Amino acid sequence: MSHNTILVFEVTILVLAIFLGVEVISKVPALLHTPLMSGTNAIHGVVIVGGMIVLGQPDKSAFTWIVGFAAVVLASANVVGGFVVTDRMLEMFKSRERPKKPDAE
Amino acid sequence: MSYNLSNVLYLVTIVTFILALRFLSNPAHARRGNQIGAAGMALAIIVTWIKLGSTSWWAIALAMLIGGGFGAVAARKVQMTAMPQMVALFNGVGGGAAALIALAELHRILPPPGAPTADISLGIALSALIGSISFAGSMVAFAKLQELIGGRPITYAGQQFVNGALFLGAVGCTIALVAGVQDEWLLWVTILASLAFGVLFVLPIGGADMPVVISLLNAFTGVAVALGGFELQNNLLIVAGMLVGASGTLLTLMMARAMNRSIANVLFGAFGTVSAEAAAVAAGGEGGGTVRSASAEDVAVMLAYAHKVVFVPGYGLAVAQAQHDVRQLADLLESKGVEVSYAIHPVAGRMPGHMNVLLAEANVPYTQLKEMDEANPEFSRTDVAVVVGANDVVNPDARANQGSPIYGMPILNVDDSQAVVVLKRSMNPGFAGIENPLFYNPKTVMLFGDAKESIMKLAAAVKTL
Repeated sequence: MSHNTILVFEVTILVLAIFLGVEVISKVPALLHTPLMSGTNAIHGVVIVGGMIVLGQPDKSAFTWIVGFAAVVLASANVVGGFVVTDRMLEMFKSRERPKKPDAE
Repeated sequence: MSYNLSNVLYLVTIVTFILALRFLSNPAHARRGNQIGAAGMALAIIVTWIKLGSTSWWAIALAMLIGGGFGAVAARKVQMTAMPQMVALFNGVGGGAAALIALAELHRILPPPGAPTADISLGIALSALIGSISFAGSMVAFAKLQELIGGRPITYAGQQFVNGALFLGAVGCTIALVAGVQDEWLLWVTILASLAFGVLFVLPIGGADMPVVISLLNAFTGVAVALGGFELQNNLLIVAGMLVGASGTLLTLMMARAMNRSIANVLFGAFGTVSAEAAAVAAGGEGGGTVRSASAEDVAVMLAYAHKVVFVPGYGLAVAQAQHDVRQLADLLESKGVEVSYAIHPVAGRMPGHMNVLLAEANVPYTQLKEMDEANPEFSRTDVAVVVGANDVVNPDARANQGSPIYGMPILNVDDSQAVVVLKRSMNPGFAGIENPLFYNPKTVMLFGDAKESIMKLAAAVKTL
């Protein structure tokens, strides 16, 4: 594929992703806006893939070593922290009492 | 692994991310969705790992261990009240990673014969620019929320000019790079100017506007990641980054609308510096009223003999960490046959939906948490509205006083209820420094003191009734 073909393809999916993002998010209730923020936060942690690609290059300079290593460290913190925090939040949202005291309602 | 196979597997990851967001539309499934998204992320990492083969695998593993370990420990240890700064921190590191990747990519491409195409250069430069702003801005937001630096807006003369110059400098370097000037220093200048801009542009923004800023920075990181996808020609980064960019932008607009202010006003208005002017307006217009203060015992009687009580939480609830005590008081009232619910303003607290998370932590069933549109019609049949650490979101000046800086902001109409109890530390104006005529309303009684202590006193008093 020529460079321009790839570019046109990339722009296409970029634009579709914008509409998809707006569509999906507008269905999220205000109740869950914090988990939404932190969940999307975790998703942009996918930048770790970019960091891995940079650090995984063969024959790289010392500069690329350092920068790539730092990028992977930061991105991993983003991924793990993002998903764990979101999980902790969502775990708390309960529709009814937790079965702490079993007396009948 | 072939190019096609890895791209198909990346598509699977993209689908899991979309499902993760889709499942968030219902609190009953939301957690499952997040787990699906995490599994998708793991798949993407494994696919990339296999694709790279054995090159520097130990360095990648070590970096993941360090970053992931830090992320896991920080995310596990953090208190629910500190959630906004944690989200800011994790957002910032993502933006920082995007900027570093851009730097490494340019460094790889530039040496002669070099000559990256304009679109690759654009991806690199913009990813570095936006990622750096997001990183620096998020770190300042983190420091403000963690109270490492003062939460009040910090302003100085010529601020807009300095910010503008930095931003134009960064944009100028970007244009030069795209135009084909092959000099790595241009990207360094872009990054440094963007970092400085990020710091300076969040510094003057007050804590009450943090919900807008945090969601905007979240969108920035998403866009930086998507642009990183252009520079690396990676579909996964483009789609996932842009999903976040679009959702963050939408959320930012929703938050700004909930304050009836434009995003530009939030970002560049240095809200809170208007306090002196606003106080003067309030004193001229509404002044002269008297404040009634009550004892915990008086308020306990009001609550225990009410039919319907609505709690209105604000950032003060988070500061005092009083969510569990509010919940216990609500339990006591419910056992006496009082109907209890919670009215949540969209921008109460320091991030979108902040109050919902706090109350969920205290085991409040989410069916009792009412959004503003749902809560407002209920106030007219409410006996007592209890305002815990909220101020601007219940300020009637937003409806009536055209001179007020928050005029036009939709508020919770607590003054429609039979009586209002305001729990407050003192008569100092709230964060934005705006006078609140609600306190002078004849229906209102003030219960002064720390929110947590006041709620505990109320609970003790209700028990004896």
